[in-house]
Amino acid sequence: MEIARHWRLNQQRYALVGEVCPHCEEKIFPPRDICPECGEDARIPFQFSGRGEVYSYTTVNQPPAGYQENAPYTLALVQLEEGPLVTAQLTDLGADPVSLGMPVEMVTRKLRSDGERGMLVYGYKFRPTLR
Amino acid sequence: MERRTPHQVYVVGAGMTPVGEHWEKSLRVLALEAISAARAEAPSLTPQALYVGNMLSGPLSGQLQLGALIADFAGLRGIEAVTVEAAGASGGLALRQAYLAVASGLQQVVLVLGVEKVTDRIGPEVEAALAGSTDADFEASQGITQSAQAALIMRRYLHESQAPPDALAGFSLVAHANAVANPNAMFRRAIKPEAYAQAAMVSEPLNMLDAAPMADGAAALLLASAERLPPDLPFPPIRIAASAVATSPVALHDQRDMLWLQAASQSVNNAYAQAGLTADDVDLFELHDLFSIYAALSLEAASFAPRGQGWRLAQDGAIGVRGRLPISTFGGSKARGDAGGATGVYQAAELTLQLQGRAGENQIAGARIGMAQCLGGAGSTAATHILIREGK
Repeated sequence: MEIARHWRLNQQRYALVGEVCPHCEEKIFPPRDICPECGEDARIPFQFSGRGEVYSYTTVNQPPAGYQENAPYTLALVQLEEGPLVTAQLTDLGADPVSLGMPVEMVTRKLRSDGERGMLVYGYKFRPTLR
Repeated sequence: MERRTPHQVYVVGAGMTPVGEHWEKSLRVLALEAISAARAEAPSLTPQALYVGNMLSGPLSGQLQLGALIADFAGLRGIEAVTVEAAGASGGLALRQAYLAVASGLQQVVLVLGVEKVTDRIGPEVEAALAGSTDADFEASQGITQSAQAALIMRRYLHESQAPPDALAGFSLVAHANAVANPNAMFRRAIKPEAYAQAAMVSEPLNMLDAAPMADGAAALLLASAERLPPDLPFPPIRIAASAVATSPVALHDQRDMLWLQAASQSVNNAYAQAGLTADDVDLFELHDLFSIYAALSLEAASFAPRGQGWRLAQDGAIGVRGRLPISTFGGSKARGDAGGATGVYQAAELTLQLQGRAGENQIAGARIGMAQCLGGAGSTAATHILIREGK
């Protein structure tokens, strides 16, 4: 069931909480405590805006176990406006095609399910920015 | 980085099973087959240790401790044995560990085995196991697959290098053409250029012909120190002139630049320095074409092409067996088949055959210096080895 494993990532999955480096101002997601830019300690929480744009994307037609329900789905690398890239599914796409540079925003959605009696895992996905 | 090792290390035996759907053979049976073939080339030597490269036996076979399991099954009960895991680079890292043992002088005769059993499970289970090579908390949790990871890189690569949609097709064509003569290959048939345009999409823009098939297989190498080389070897011993491993972040989103294989570049440059060679000296390159985009990026990381231009080598025949830099001379992962963690050992075994002049129809004339490189995940681990045939 891995309940603790998902629970301890709640701040990231539900609120995109990463870190900011007090030494070089680098914004970090996911949190990693040592700044990848300057190598110094970086433990100050930082909440990302959830806004970004599509850096790359693809379609998953042959999903791993646990992800069949939504297949095929669009998977993307989203560049957050604060800098970091994040791997996430795109959702609420409608009829418009996805394109590189397309503005997107974070929403909370169901990520996976493990059968009728299994646990549901929620977390971030990104949708085209509502105007 | 150049350094002399106290003990020179040689490959004195190489064995491989065909890569394919071995319904009738278990993991240990495949392992024994490869080990027996390698040992038969230097029967007077008894290995002191076994280094196993494997990626998936935990999730797919429920089997751990492959070291002890296979040592016992191969008639080597009691010897030191260990499994090395680094996803698709497992085999290259097992070879690295074996090399370190012999180069250090602490061991003189060791076995390297790469083995993988994939086909006992089906689609979604295999995809989930393979996704273990990605960042479980921040990539796999989003439903990523190995193919999707490669596809995300490929789309960005085609965009930034302004390459045509079929820029990478040549890698697949060469691999398939080379596999025709390899009795161990999974797909022994050449494909036509138009097949690429018609291939079904796996993860856009990556199609079936950009992706290697995962299957079962085992490959083994017998290594010996210079002092322990038997006088009566049937084939010339092949010296391991360089062995280097480097790493970079596992998650694609954590890579500083996903269009540059930093770990591959670092391990290749280290290997060139160890051997005192440059890219110009390399007669053939067995690279990791699990996905065609990785072939292009590996060529760039190893200085065979400028950044963003690796795909051009697949356009003009440069990488064919008669070209100036042959790659995937036994079909590569694309057409020989990709046996996961065994890949690095297959590559080194194939290089050995080339350097010993035993590569059959695809023999590279006068091949003396060969390089092999395998990658874990999207290049997060890279193992590079340079093998040399000594003498004239």
